[in-house]
Amino acid sequence: MSLLDLTGVTKRFATVEALRGVSFAVEAGSVIGLVGDNGAGKSTLMKCVTGVHRPDDGSISLNGQSITDLDPGAIRRLGVEMIYQDLALARQQDVAANIFLGREPTRRPFGLPVGLIDQPRMEREAAAIIDRLGARIPSIRVPVGQLSGGQQQSVAIARALTFAPKLMIMDEPTAALAVREVDHVLDLIRELRRQGIAVILISHRLTDVFSVCDRIIALRQGQVVADELTVRTSMNVVVAHIVGAG
Amino acid sequence: MSLATQSSGWLGRLGRSTVRTESLVVLVLLMAAMSVLSPYFLSVSNLLNVLLATATIGVLAIGSTFVICSAGIDLSIGSLLGFSSVVGAVAVHNWGLPWPTGIVACLIAGTAAGCLNGLLVTGAKIPAFIVTLGMLGIARGAALLACDGQPIYGLPADLVYLGQGRPLGVPTPVIVFLGVAAIAYYVLAHTRFGRYTLVIGDNEGAARAMGVPVESQRVRLYALSGFLAGVAGLLFMARTNAGDPTAGQNYELAAITAAIIGGTNLFGGRGSIIGTVVGALIVGVLQNGLNLLAVQAFYQQMAIGVVLIAAVWLDHVNRLRPAR
Repeated sequence: MSLLDLTGVTKRFATVEALRGVSFAVEAGSVIGLVGDNGAGKSTLMKCVTGVHRPDDGSISLNGQSITDLDPGAIRRLGVEMIYQDLALARQQDVAANIFLGREPTRRPFGLPVGLIDQPRMEREAAAIIDRLGARIPSIRVPVGQLSGGQQQSVAIARALTFAPKLMIMDEPTAALAVREVDHVLDLIRELRRQGIAVILISHRLTDVFSVCDRIIALRQGQVVADELTVRTSMNVVVAHIVGAG
Repeated sequence: MSLATQSSGWLGRLGRSTVRTESLVVLVLLMAAMSVLSPYFLSVSNLLNVLLATATIGVLAIGSTFVICSAGIDLSIGSLLGFSSVVGAVAVHNWGLPWPTGIVACLIAGTAAGCLNGLLVTGAKIPAFIVTLGMLGIARGAALLACDGQPIYGLPADLVYLGQGRPLGVPTPVIVFLGVAAIAYYVLAHTRFGRYTLVIGDNEGAARAMGVPVESQRVRLYALSGFLAGVAGLLFMARTNAGDPTAGQNYELAAITAAIIGGTNLFGGRGSIIGTVVGALIVGVLQNGLNLLAVQAFYQQMAIGVVLIAAVWLDHVNRLRPAR
């Protein structure tokens, strides 16, 4: 039994068949590169995994339990986190506020009817999670908008970590970053793997995929056209699969 | 180095999360200048006058701060002030209901209209600017209609005390204003309600993605703004001993001015109650000081306009704006 099992996942939009029987498995603590041209079905597939879309056919299971028909909230509670390209950060709020956005710890001194945000606890726990991730953030109190793209990415990853995920899906996390920042984000992905968290990395940047992924899965026109261990394939082969020349 | 070991403590947090220092500096400089120019300025009775004159606008500005922090706007608050004061006066004067009913009537009138604003903004997806601009006209018209365009004079003494009383020498409206400010400070800076307000204004999509109930929060914000307009209407009514349908005209602009001078980001995501109180006081001190110096009232309006523009410009210059 793998962490994530996809079997014959099919999704149609009107007359377009976006996914045509996609099957693969993701082992716990492995990093999978999901590559493919625009419109190959990567995003649709990941939306099926996170519950945003419901597959028309096929099944998806997490640790052997079917999640095919669950809603996004339930799937998230089971340990699947998705980090979107826009990161969903509030740029004028500080790092701690973003990490605990929507789940701020509160306390009720003097039996107040409304809980006050437990700022010290929030900052402590946010700092702990950043430390655990090994991310480089100047301060927990900086507005996120003043951080570099890579630092913002690590805040988003840190926030996802607080949900204790088993699987983290990242959509183009390195697309808009400077070279040094890319390395840092790739280090963070390796750190997640070290902590036993599986990662599905959606990326157009094959160099990144080859540098960090254990396995590479290529989609083309809604089908898996390659599923290879990184060490057994090469950039040329993967490109050929992506463009359909393989 | 662990991030948790950085300088902390309530004083640090207070300083970090509350005021742009510039506005506080401006207020202090302004007060220093006024006290040099007029010996009367720094007297206790005059400072209480400043606070009294600031109280009504200040209460409105606190409501505006919440709404603007969420990237909204409420242009109806001046009209709602007049409307709620008339509703309160009709209840106790025309209908002869007991005086506490006047308080309740003011507050309900403001809150209900604010609720309606919020429901139209979130439910019908009409821009807040349009909804509240419409409400500005509707509430003003309703106020004039309810009293045939004539102010309703003569309220029960207990009610008038709320505007003219001076427990321990401090005018009641000042006590109400400072009380509202204290509660609002905690709500905005230290509760989830406040945090959600800022986050919605900062990045609505992120708020939604993290499970913040965006729509209901917006409705609550406009209801709060309307409620505080009701409080301001109550204060105005009690102070003037009348329900005046023309009360509060252009007050929305003064309230927004105070909030912006106090550092609230017009586009949402940032703002503080202490900042807004400072902003309201800058406007109050300016008006009071220029009055003491017998400067023509026309110049006061110009001075406030200059301060508003300068405040936003300073903010623009000082803040590192990351490219979007």
